[in-house]
Amino acid sequence: MTAPPPRRSTPSKPSPNAEVGRPRAWSDYDVEQVVGRLLQAGVILASIVVVLGGTLLLARHGSEATAFSVFRGDSSTLRSVSATLRGALHGDPRAIVQLGLVLLIATPVARVALTLAAFAAQRDRMYVAMTGLVLALLLIGLFS
Amino acid sequence: MSLALFALLVAAGSFGAGLLGAVTGLGGGIVVVPMLTVLFHVDIRYAIGASLVSVIATSSGAASAYVREGYTNVRIGIFLEVATTVGALVGAALAHVVPTSALAILFGLVLLYSAYRSLRGDKATAAVPPPDPLGERLRLNGSYPEAPGRVPYVVHRVRLGFGVMLFAGILSALLGIGSGVVKVLAMDRAMRLPFKVSTTTSNFMIGVTAAASAGVYLHRGYIDPSVAFPVMLGVLSGAVLGARLLAVADAVWLRRIFTAVVCVLAVEMLYKGLTGGV
Repeated sequence: MTAPPPRRSTPSKPSPNAEVGRPRAWSDYDVEQVVGRLLQAGVILASIVVVLGGTLLLARHGSEATAFSVFRGDSSTLRSVSATLRGALHGDPRAIVQLGLVLLIATPVARVALTLAAFAAQRDRMYVAMTGLVLALLLIGLFS
Repeated sequence: MSLALFALLVAAGSFGAGLLGAVTGLGGGIVVVPMLTVLFHVDIRYAIGASLVSVIATSSGAASAYVREGYTNVRIGIFLEVATTVGALVGAALAHVVPTSALAILFGLVLLYSAYRSLRGDKATAAVPPPDPLGERLRLNGSYPEAPGRVPYVVHRVRLGFGVMLFAGILSALLGIGSGVVKVLAMDRAMRLPFKVSTTTSNFMIGVTAAASAGVYLHRGYIDPSVAFPVMLGVLSGAVLGARLLAVADAVWLRRIFTAVVCVLAVEMLYKGLTGGV
């Protein structure tokens, strides 16, 4: 990692709607810091769950033969967020791994939701609309 | 092969892919799918699912640092994510009807193109087009840190960049890759963003693009935990080490090695696709 660049003392693009007297909305700099932390936390949390589930999986089924050359996706029980959660709560190692992977997929989704909140706080209508559209598309993919 | 041995070998291969992918900037995802299908005879759909998940991990990990350092242009990222997520959902829908042999051929061609771009390097080309007024209206113009202050920049050809991003999203979903090569192409060449801004903003978007199709693939059973976990952990740890190595390693030689690997895999994928071996 290289040395951190000089910090900006003021937001690079002040909100055109910022008014004196109102509590200052998030600056772009603040948003960048929180978004960065969120991404980091999501990846770390997901990795911990995947390592945990993977270790259990190998301990219990490590000696079983693999057959991934045949696609049996339709018979998989881990095809939805709710089924994955149920399985993980019952201690099924495959479901715990899958829960970690779902957390990983949810990380960018949470990032988009957070940016949406930030643009809403900045009263930036154009970007609220754009971010809202991206979030809707992601949720369609995840829950449809 | 037992699951334990499979996990060990796949994790080791994915570690190498993540390491070289990070050092060369091409990303590990593009090697993971051919590695799984050619070497481990994994069905290409499981390979795509596992690769997408690893792509989310590495891009989010790297993006978390870049975005805090102020290189990433969040507004450009969001604006172009509209294109890539639409593209990703289209790609995921297409994947349902495109035969796997066609996927393998397409993958081979993308690998060859990536190798070509990697060897050719990034030479400045043609005259710079005038700034796009759309960039001003969408407030896409920004600045990035460079000692001693920040360097301002303006964006060009916004519509072209947006269009290329649609294609990047489709490719990402169809092949389970980050398609960083195409994303950087859109921002570097079309929109004329500074190199550091285009690479870091591309990284920032890759996770969102991959998450759009990963959600769809989860429901279709493409994401198998037994295949995905060694891939994700391998690629992620390789990428973390690769980012550290970047400062000390001889990037020229690593780039050549990686390009050679990519070429071999490209030929293998094309062969498999054309002979119906996928």
